[in-house]
Amino acid sequence: MLKRYVAKRLLVAIPSLLIASLIVFTLPRLIPGDAVQLMLSEKAYARDLAELRAKLGLDRPLYVQYVDWLGHVARGDLGESLWTRRPVLEEIGQRLPVTLTLAAFALTFALVIALPVGVLSAARQDTPADFVARSAAILGLSVPGFWLATLLIVLPAIWWGWRPVSEFVEFQADPAGYLRQMLLPALILGIAASAALMRLTRGMLLEVLRQDYVRTAWAKGLAERAIVLKHGLRNAIIPVVTLLGTQLPQIIGGTVVIETVFGLPGMSRFLFDAINQRDYPVIQGVNLLVVSTVVLVNLAVDALYAVLDPRIRY
Amino acid sequence: MARAKPALEHARSTVGIRWITTVGKFARRKPLGAMGAVIVGAMLVMAVFAERIAPYGYDDSIRGARMKAPSAAHWLGTDNLSRDMWSRIVYGARVSISVGFLTVTLAVLAATAVGVSSAYFGGAWDLIVQRVVDAWLSFPYLIIILSVMAVLGPGLLNVVLSLALLLAATNSRVIRGATLTAMQQTYVEAARAMGCGHARIIVRHLLPNVTATIIILATIGLGAVILAESALSFLGFGVPPPHPSWGGMLSGSGRTYMLRAPWMAIWPGAAISLAVFGFNMLGDALRDVLDPRLRGS
Repeated sequence: MLKRYVAKRLLVAIPSLLIASLIVFTLPRLIPGDAVQLMLSEKAYARDLAELRAKLGLDRPLYVQYVDWLGHVARGDLGESLWTRRPVLEEIGQRLPVTLTLAAFALTFALVIALPVGVLSAARQDTPADFVARSAAILGLSVPGFWLATLLIVLPAIWWGWRPVSEFVEFQADPAGYLRQMLLPALILGIAASAALMRLTRGMLLEVLRQDYVRTAWAKGLAERAIVLKHGLRNAIIPVVTLLGTQLPQIIGGTVVIETVFGLPGMSRFLFDAINQRDYPVIQGVNLLVVSTVVLVNLAVDALYAVLDPRIRY
Repeated sequence: MARAKPALEHARSTVGIRWITTVGKFARRKPLGAMGAVIVGAMLVMAVFAERIAPYGYDDSIRGARMKAPSAAHWLGTDNLSRDMWSRIVYGARVSISVGFLTVTLAVLAATAVGVSSAYFGGAWDLIVQRVVDAWLSFPYLIIILSVMAVLGPGLLNVVLSLALLLAATNSRVIRGATLTAMQQTYVEAARAMGCGHARIIVRHLLPNVTATIIILATIGLGAVILAESALSFLGFGVPPPHPSWGGMLSGSGRTYMLRAPWMAIWPGAAISLAVFGFNMLGDALRDVLDPRLRGS
């Protein structure tokens, strides 16, 4: 049944992915001025511009370019960067690990912060601990990541003369150093995501803790720990997992700013530079990859429900 | 006429007292929400009366006051171009509030039109609209806004348009859900049985029942929009200088001189956080009060 459900969901996802691909393809082409004008100097002859456009295939009608691009995408070819002339997939492959490590660390931080605080806040509703946790969560949602990053660089430098290493360390050169440099940026990304997760965990758990079976568990004389974690949290976790899935695009979006602030050569910064340089194949490739990942993660999250809650059958 | 005047004054004072009582009750029940309302109110006052509150113009260069630390003369210090930081923060509130309110108004109008029509008419229209919304929502928000801003170019109106486009997609989904719930109610069935037209059912029966959802979405959306605008300005795609946008103040010179003059980086960020905190607190409290399903929780 699960297989059939996944197949059905994949079929439903196809039109959305096609529309997304159309958006991905059209948007960069609406940017005023094209890459050819940027690549050649302002004084370039019109003939040179036309020649380069023809060479890059940019002189063809838009729909021809779209169908051609889609055909190549279906065969796993995202095209070549207009600037570096290297395959987009190869360029992405070099930068993807940085963004993925950052996102994985951020999600871990988000869960490690959100779940215990959310559970504590719900189990101790309307106590000072709950009040502090709720206010901290709203504060976490309100503080911009780039400001938090700035503070975490400025304040230790002023107080202790400590400055983070500004040069990027490759994984091959120093694995521990590579992971260490990701911690601070990931923590900043994780704090924002944890705020939303904590609020939902608290809200859902509060609802579950009012159910009759929880009252029965209390009446049976079970320990609070067992009631909250075993009877409460397991029944409250599904919306939290859904939100975790929807947090992924937010975290990837957040990496644009964080990679810029910390000078990390990730995929988001690559996209940001590509937008400034009107590098169409790169913008299309990165966007398509991100959208497809988001769609697949949401599908995986849906499939995970059946594992978390045996009552759910597809 | 002589009798009508005191009656009118009495009615006015009764309405006034009732309003004060309601506000007092709200503040007692939701102290954090009341705190949010005070922050939002202060921001509105700053935005509207910026010329009277700010001691200097937002672009006034003060002779001999380059990168001065906070003092009695310059509460929040001065920047690398000798401009008063407090004055720029006050004027920055105008940018944030303008972008926030314009974006949310535009987004809510579009989201209501799309969400309500999608739920009410259903069929092919609903299917197509929802697939487009699905595709739109699959993009990380900052990435899609950056792409749209790259197309439109920097500027206040373009920031508003790009943010509204994104917010409308998210909100339309929620409003569609609320409309679908309202459509299940018997009063809609009764209206239909009485022969009411589509327009009357939508305007008289559905819209009033999704208003609470719309108000909550708008209030919570304001905080998110201010945060997104600051991120765009930080990345150089927001309101162009010399107009003081809080996010813009944090990028460029704010970061270049952050170790020599940390106040240049600290205050704009604090202003953004406080404003978003205020809107989030108020939005949360309004949701609890206006959404009956969450009452008492």
